[in-house]
Amino acid sequence: MKVSFPRMGNSHCAFRWLLEALGHQVIVPPEISTRTLDLGVRYAPEFACMPFKVVMGTYLEVAEQGAELLITSGGVGPCRAGYYWVLHQQILEEQGYPTRIVAFDPPDCGWRDFWHKLAFVYRSGGVSLRRCLWALQVAWAKLKALDDLEARSLQVRAREVQRGATTRALRQAVATVDAAGSLPEVAEALAHGLRLLDGVDQDDRRECLRVGLTGEIYALLEPVASLSTQEILGHLGAEVERSMYVSRFAGRKGFGPPHAEVVRASRPYLGLECVGGHGVETVGMTVLWARKGFDGVVQVAPFGCTPEIVAKSILPRVSQEYGIPVMSLFFDEQTGPAGVYTRLEAFVDLLYARRRARRGEESRNGSLSRH
Amino acid sequence: MEAFLGIDVGSVSTNLAVLDGQGRLLARQYLRTAGRPIAAVQEGMRALEAELGGAVAIAGVGTTGSARHLTGLLVGADVIKNEITAHAVAALHVEPGVRTVLEIGGQDSKIIILRDGMVIDFAMNTVCAAGTGSFLDQQAARLGVPIQEFGGLALAARHPVRIAGRCTVFAESDMIHKQQLGHSLEDIVAGLCEALVRNYLNNVGKGKEILPPVLFQGGVAANRGLVEAFARHLALPVTVPPHHDVMGAIGAALLARDLRRPGAPTAFKGWRVKDLEFKTTSFECQGCPNLCEVVQFRQEGRVLARWGSRCGKWEADSSGI
Repeated sequence: MKVSFPRMGNSHCAFRWLLEALGHQVIVPPEISTRTLDLGVRYAPEFACMPFKVVMGTYLEVAEQGAELLITSGGVGPCRAGYYWVLHQQILEEQGYPTRIVAFDPPDCGWRDFWHKLAFVYRSGGVSLRRCLWALQVAWAKLKALDDLEARSLQVRAREVQRGATTRALRQAVATVDAAGSLPEVAEALAHGLRLLDGVDQDDRRECLRVGLTGEIYALLEPVASLSTQEILGHLGAEVERSMYVSRFAGRKGFGPPHAEVVRASRPYLGLECVGGHGVETVGMTVLWARKGFDGVVQVAPFGCTPEIVAKSILPRVSQEYGIPVMSLFFDEQTGPAGVYTRLEAFVDLLYARRRARRGEESRNGSLSRH
Repeated sequence: MEAFLGIDVGSVSTNLAVLDGQGRLLARQYLRTAGRPIAAVQEGMRALEAELGGAVAIAGVGTTGSARHLTGLLVGADVIKNEITAHAVAALHVEPGVRTVLEIGGQDSKIIILRDGMVIDFAMNTVCAAGTGSFLDQQAARLGVPIQEFGGLALAARHPVRIAGRCTVFAESDMIHKQQLGHSLEDIVAGLCEALVRNYLNNVGKGKEILPPVLFQGGVAANRGLVEAFARHLALPVTVPPHHDVMGAIGAALLARDLRRPGAPTAFKGWRVKDLEFKTTSFECQGCPNLCEVVQFRQEGRVLARWGSRCGKWEADSSGI
């Protein structure tokens, strides 16, 4: 079957490989472009959030190329994204595409449903359960490797001497992981990729900030959805730690603080385990980063995202009690890159000035950068 | 004498300020950008040169505002800074104890919260441009009142009407509605000022601790009706600094003074910039489905820089952009 899926950062490398190993023909979702967004906006309800529109656009692009099956995640809880695939399916039908969407809900919400869907995917590819389990293992390793590389790039970029060098090295590293076809190959590709990133020419004397980047999952996983906020922060001299990665979402341990710890950290501010999406994580991570002495936190989310609005209204209190500056940025298809850059630059100026002041240095604007 | 030039090119106005080493204002220009930032900057340079002539030597240049990168290339800037930082720096220069800056410009409005001489928080309007200078301009023109007199009208109001201020389109409908009911012009204009202040405080100022001294900067601070409305809503004195309309440029000049590399010569190209030919051309890159609009900036026919491509492949030589 011709299969495709939503695009989120570099994760398509792992998903493409997995579905090919399961005997499917994969249509790799194209990079999110103006056309993707235009298509999505045209067919989506106006008040759906940006992830809905971007994914809608991607589905229409791959449906044009003949995709028969789309695999995505569902979701539970108050965030409406869990229901998006139903509406996506309906819009695809209205546009005359025979494409079918299979959405995986978290397995602990129903093992039977999860198993039925998994069985459908590997059986329709004509492979055995054994091969399916092996392929899942390798794809999981790839996913983790891709996230490791991205996480490292967010640290390295702050010190790069030549602007863009980190992004180029990351692209090369991702291509190596993309080409790997077994567990040993993935391990080797990861090691090679990390060497590439560490080999980027760095200015060790540059004083860098430590900034946490948190918020809604899609805005974090697909850089285009936040107009590359993570890269801009890097260019401005901030080492970025991100709260969410695909592998972390899928339950990876030891990659960021344990979920229970994040929830515990949010407790003084939120009596609930879940406000939908990752609202609790946004609050909890901000607390944890503040305790670790981070310089600031940036929250990114799609315009109208309820869980993140809940978090946003709590963050000023966290910010005040821990003395950590927090800035929230909300994105929709109307958001202009110039405004985002201006805000991030001003935020970074503020963080540098604070750091200077904390060290008791005479500031007179001396801590600011020239550009 | 050594002097520093600051240029703030915004959507509506282009402002230039020249300061001496102690930060005293030597000359200033406030011009309408009128959609042609390059021409506006050149016109401002011409006026400044005529005023100051050979009396000063420019030792550093700073640019700010939404056209700061373009302007930086145009004149040769030593510092290119966002307008939030520039306004904060200028406010601290005028009033070292300032704790709140309200700034309303042509198309954006911001609030800057400072404590102990340092910016600790800020916000800019996000999804809505209601309450900015462009809208006031438009309404003044619609009502046939010169913008300079617009704010004064509000002060003469006896019973300000309530205008829906969330969105400019609806605000205008509501104003027309009140006008058709027979309310006086003064009451309508005063109602508009109230609505804009309400909207500003509920949107940009949401959740911010606004403490005195409060400075009100930007071109819109010339509107006395708005100043009064702010003072009333905040129950605090609101100060409009003498050069409120060129504070961005003053901030940029101060940044040029403070941040230039010690001992290094300025990147300033000199007053001759006013006579050079600058041109921007653009083309649509066909390299991928993004179809980025790439802008080429030429000085006397030579490409100085390109920008606008998402992947960065065209961005050769555009240092700092």
